Amino acid sequence: MLVGVYGSNEGLENTPDSPNGTLLPPPKARAGELYVKKHIAKFGLPVIPIHRAVLSTRQDHVNFPKRLHPNNAKAQRILAEAMQARAACFWATDCGRGCSIKANYQSTTVHLPPALATGNLDILCNAHAREVTVGSDGKANGVIYIDKVTGQERAVKGRAVILAASSGETARILLNSKSNRFPSGVANSSGLVGKYIMDTVGASLGGSVPAFENLPVHNEEGAGTHVYIPWWLYKEASKLGFARGYHIEFGTGRRMPSLGTGGASPGYGKSYKEEVRQKYGAGIGFAGRGEMIPNKDSFCELDPTVKDKWGISVLRFNWKWSDHELKQAAHMQQTFHMIIEAIGGKPGNVSRTKEEAIASPGAIIHEVGGGIMGPDQRTSVTNQWNQCWDVPNLLLNDGSAFCSNADKNPTLTIMALAWRASDHLIEEMRKGNI
Amino acid sequence: MDRRQAIKWLGAAVAAAAVTESVLGAPKEPGALSIEGSGKIIGTDPVLNKQYVAGELWSLTLTPTQRIAAIALIDLILPPDDPANDKLASQLGVQDFIDEWISAPYVNCAADKPVITEGLDWIDAESAKRFQKKFTELAEVQKCQIADDICGKTPVKKEFKAYQNFFGRFRSLAAGGYYTTPQGMKDVGYVGNRPTLNFDGPTPEALKHLGLA
Repeated sequence: MLVGVYGSNEGLENTPDSPNGTLLPPPKARAGELYVKKHIAKFGLPVIPIHRAVLSTRQDHVNFPKRLHPNNAKAQRILAEAMQARAACFWATDCGRGCSIKANYQSTTVHLPPALATGNLDILCNAHAREVTVGSDGKANGVIYIDKVTGQERAVKGRAVILAASSGETARILLNSKSNRFPSGVANSSGLVGKYIMDTVGASLGGSVPAFENLPVHNEEGAGTHVYIPWWLYKEASKLGFARGYHIEFGTGRRMPSLGTGGASPGYGKSYKEEVRQKYGAGIGFAGRGEMIPNKDSFCELDPTVKDKWGISVLRFNWKWSDHELKQAAHMQQTFHMIIEAIGGKPGNVSRTKEEAIASPGAIIHEVGGGIMGPDQRTSVTNQWNQCWDVPNLLLNDGSAFCSNADKNPTLTIMALAWRASDHLIEEMRKGNI
Repeated sequence: MDRRQAIKWLGAAVAAAAVTESVLGAPKEPGALSIEGSGKIIGTDPVLNKQYVAGELWSLTLTPTQRIAAIALIDLILPPDDPANDKLASQLGVQDFIDEWISAPYVNCAADKPVITEGLDWIDAESAKRFQKKFTELAEVQKCQIADDICGKTPVKKEFKAYQNFFGRFRSLAAGGYYTTPQGMKDVGYVGNRPTLNFDGPTPEALKHLGLA
C-alpha cells in the first residue's frame, strides 16, 4: 500500500496473499509468456503475475493514508501528497534507469523528497561512515564519518543510530567500531557480526523459439517483468535431494534492441537483415532465484592488512555453498531445459557441473545476513525489532538482520521490516526506554 | 554518434544485465565495463550529464583509410530496404560507434581493436590484390566476392579463416550500432518504449500466430 505493488493473490502455498485492496492490477502477460504458460501447465508449473513495485494505476491517496496512519493527520497529509505526486506507469523507458514520473518505486524519487520537505530530514552527501560511537552509558550516540570531499573526519550525534548501509557495509561499520567496551566491534558480543551471510541461489539458461519468429509487430515493452513461476514442488521436497526451493523469472518478447541484436545471424545484406527481422524477439531466457541456507563457512571479517583510501579496514569474504544450493542450481537448469523443449525451442547448453551452473556468490546482489536476528543474545545480533542486543538504540534496518533468505527478492521485505522496526523504535522512545 | 550516446549504450548493456539481459539470454556482449584483471585502474566514470566530444575521453583509433573501408563494409552488411527514404547505415554514424567501441579501454573493446583494424587493412589489401582497387571503390559484385569468402554463410576456406572472426565481430558491432538507432528499431519491428495510457498486451494477430486465440 505504501510503495505501490502490482500483482495478484493466487492462494498458493509459499506465495502468500497480500491484504485485500493493497495490490495494484498486474499488467497483461506478453504473447510468449502466455505461450509458455499453455505448454508447461502439464508439468504443474504455474505462471502467475509477479509482484513488482510499479504503479500500474495510481494509488488511492484518499483511503490508503488513513489505513496506513490511523489517527495521525499529519502523516496522512504527507502521504496523500506524496501519492498524488506519483503518476501511473506509461509503459515506456527502462525502470532500471530511474523513473521520472515516480511510477516505479525508488526511495530517491518517491519518499526522500517528501521526507526532506518536512524539514525533519538532513541528507549528508559524500559522507563515508567509519564507526558507530558509544557513550559511557553503553548506548550508541552517533557516527564518525569521513567527508569525502575534504577528507576530514566528522561526527554526527543522535538518540538512536540506524545502520542500513547494505549488509556487507553494515557489518564492516560494526566491526570497525571498536572500543574498550566492544573490543571486537560494537554489538558483537555473540561474535556473529559478519557471520551467516547469504546471497540468492541463481542459475540461468536461454534458448531460441521458432514459434516466436515473425510474430506480428506489436508493443511488448510493458514494465519489465510481468509474470513468473513461483516454487511449485513443495509437496515433493523429500524427493528432490535438496532442501528449500526457487522461483523462475523469464523473459521473452520484442524488447528494445541492444548491442547483441542481430549478432547471431549469418551472412550480410538483404538476406541477413531478413533473418534478423525473423529472429528478433524469438529468444527466451530463464533465471532461477532460490533460497540459500545460511552456513558457518559463509562469512565476512575485517581484512588484517587491506584498508580503503581513508585508512579504514575493508572486508574479506569467505564463502561455501552447501550441496543444497549446488543441487538446486542444477535442478533449475534442468527445469529450464525441459521448458524450452516443451515449447519447441532450442535450449542452450546445460552446465557440465552443478558448480558451473550456480551463479557466483554475490552475483545476484541479494546480500543479506551478517547481523542475524534471533531470540537470544548469544546466538544472534539483533532482536525481533532489528535492535542490537548489546546496544538497543542501534538498529540494523537493511538485510543484515535476515537469518534466512527466502527465494523472494529481499528488497520489499527489507522495507517492511525496517518500517516495523522504526515504528517500534518510536514507541520505545515515547516510553522513554530509548 | 557522440560520446554520450556510446556511454548510453555501454550503460544499457550493464544495467540490463541485472534482470532483462540475463533473462533474455542475449549474446554476451555486455561485460565491456569490467576492469582488466591486472588491477590496472582505468579511471572514474565520466560525468553522465556532460556532452563529451568524440575522442575526448580516449583517443579514437580508425585511420581515414580504415574509416572509409568501414563505411563501405557497413553499407554492404546493412543495405537500406527503402533506398528512397531510408538513410544508409553509415549516414546514421555506425562507423563512429564502432570506432568509439574499439577505442575504449574496457576488456571486450580492447580485444576487438586489433581484430577490427587488421581486418579493415586486410579487406583493402585483398581488394587491391584481386581488383587493383580499394574496397570502397569496388563494384557491388566485387565487394560481395570478398565478403562471401569470409562471412561464414558457406564453408570458409583455410586461407580466409583468420578473417572470418573479423567479419563476425564487425557485423555484430555494426548491427548493434544500427539496430539501436530509431531507423534500425523501425527496421527490425520494435515499437515499444512509447508512452501509452494502458499496456494492451498481445494483439489478436499475435495470439493467433501462437495458436493462443
